[in-house]
Amino acid sequence: MTERNGERFRGWEYLLFAAAAVLTLLLSVCVGSVGIPFRTTISVIWRGIWGLEQPAGTAPAILLTSRLPRVLAVMLVGASLSLCGGAMQGLLKNPLADGSTLGVSSGASLGAVIAIAFGITIPGLPFAGTMVMAMVFAFCSLLIILGLAYKLDFSLSTNTIILIGVIFSMFASSVMSIVITFSGEHLRSITFWTMGSLQGSSYLNVLVLLFALLLFGGVILLHARELNAFAIGEENARHVGVNVRRVKLIILIAVSGLIGVCVSIGGTIAFVGLVTPHMVRMLVGPNHKRLLPASIFGGSIFLMLSDLIARTLLNPKELPIGVVTSIIGAVAFVFIYGSARKGR
Amino acid sequence: MLTVRNLSVSYGDLTILKDVSFDLTPGEWLMIVGPNGAGKSTLINAIVGGAPARGSVRFEGREIRSMKPQQVARSIGVLAQSHAVGYSFSVEEVVRLGRYAYAPTIFSGHRGEEEAIRKALEETGLYEQRHQNVLTLSGGELQRTFLAQTFCQDPRLLMLDEPTNHLDLVYQKQVFELIQAWRRREDRAVISVVHDLSMARAYGTRALLLDHGQVVVDGTMEEVFSDEILNRVYGMDVRAWMGRMLAQWKEA
Repeated sequence: MTERNGERFRGWEYLLFAAAAVLTLLLSVCVGSVGIPFRTTISVIWRGIWGLEQPAGTAPAILLTSRLPRVLAVMLVGASLSLCGGAMQGLLKNPLADGSTLGVSSGASLGAVIAIAFGITIPGLPFAGTMVMAMVFAFCSLLIILGLAYKLDFSLSTNTIILIGVIFSMFASSVMSIVITFSGEHLRSITFWTMGSLQGSSYLNVLVLLFALLLFGGVILLHARELNAFAIGEENARHVGVNVRRVKLIILIAVSGLIGVCVSIGGTIAFVGLVTPHMVRMLVGPNHKRLLPASIFGGSIFLMLSDLIARTLLNPKELPIGVVTSIIGAVAFVFIYGSARKGR
Repeated sequence: MLTVRNLSVSYGDLTILKDVSFDLTPGEWLMIVGPNGAGKSTLINAIVGGAPARGSVRFEGREIRSMKPQQVARSIGVLAQSHAVGYSFSVEEVVRLGRYAYAPTIFSGHRGEEEAIRKALEETGLYEQRHQNVLTLSGGELQRTFLAQTFCQDPRLLMLDEPTNHLDLVYQKQVFELIQAWRRREDRAVISVVHDLSMARAYGTRALLLDHGQVVVDGTMEEVFSDEILNRVYGMDVRAWMGRMLAQWKEA
């Protein structure tokens, strides 16, 4: 008999991946410029959740106001970027695709850089200016890319989208360079932001990321079967009854929304969306019913470990997280891609 | 079953298909033949809405353009000539997608899905290979995998675009025999684009000869494969050429 259950992520696999993510989270929270014992960490978080009185010392302040929101934000950004990468690689049937290939990351970055350079803020919500601008620019980028693709190629073929995405990324980077040239005293913060950083993330950031992941990520997860069809071939997807244009638009909008939120909070963090789905695919296979949930966990673990390295490697100095993910990701990608091709 | 009327496809000033009309009834295997560039593959694409076309294509009385993609997939299965699968899916995962058009609802669940997949795998002789990575299959096995996917769609009409183009003789025969058996067993119809006139003649019940985007003749195999028509369309003595090919085998 054929096995329907074999297609899905099994309960024990969810538990295994979730346990690995929780353990990485606890490790990330314990370790830092000030080491906090594991038991104290658990106790402080537990008391924090239930609003109980905290023990004396600096541990509660470090854990609850600084480290925990940061690690949670890192976890959610990693999960989101990895999910987006997995979805894009399936949708475009291209193992080199992720949010940056689509041009949305560059568009979002441009929006955020403009917000920082010109001090665009929303009264009462200091970080919202960057976020709103990143999201608006992510959506506008998508509209421009899809509009151009539609104009040039009625069927919105993946090759056209990727080509226009790459060209748009170059264009957005050039405009960003011009903006940075005139950014004056904001140059340092822009430079640091473009390298990616989740330092100083707040619980509000965490809530926004969680909401975005539930909303846009939920939409992506609901289209796992369609993504399987696209990953086998767009023409074949059409033949088996997938509404190719509609599904493609839905996925692209969900991906750009999620990336827009992530970029606005964490800057451009390269390679997470590209490398993690590849690693996860080696473990659970290409079926998106398994790949997408596993990518969520895999991305969060990958980025939490990268953040841990960024925080501790040159302690007390801190590296931008994007630098760490780029170094690890580039090496890992060459290795994974090479072994995957040999495996064929 | 299928009624095509005045189907035309143009890209700018370039006309690929011009006023193509024909009917198809259950049980028929219509062979679409003609020289390269005659518009054969475009005709297959235009029928299922894959190319911007003018004219009317009705399936069992309903205009295909007004049908939802899933309704079309439940009615018409399409087998392309080659497949470039992106990732290492298993045979069963590819075949399972044939059931996409029967997406489960809260009320129906996955009714009949496992049975349809098993049947399609068995019919195409792939049941034992169902867990195999499709990237490791031979061309013939891959084509059979996608044929199983179309069987799994349980369509009333199967459309094939040069399905055996890249296959050796053994696989060509295998694929055509499978389709023949499916057509007879289920009393369904098949439309296929073929280059090999011998294969067209061996398996077709009717033929439609296209040239420069227009129907030259639509009729029985004898009518379409007449010397006068073939020689005119292909610009050569087709029978003499075929005879020469066959004679080589006889001499050997």
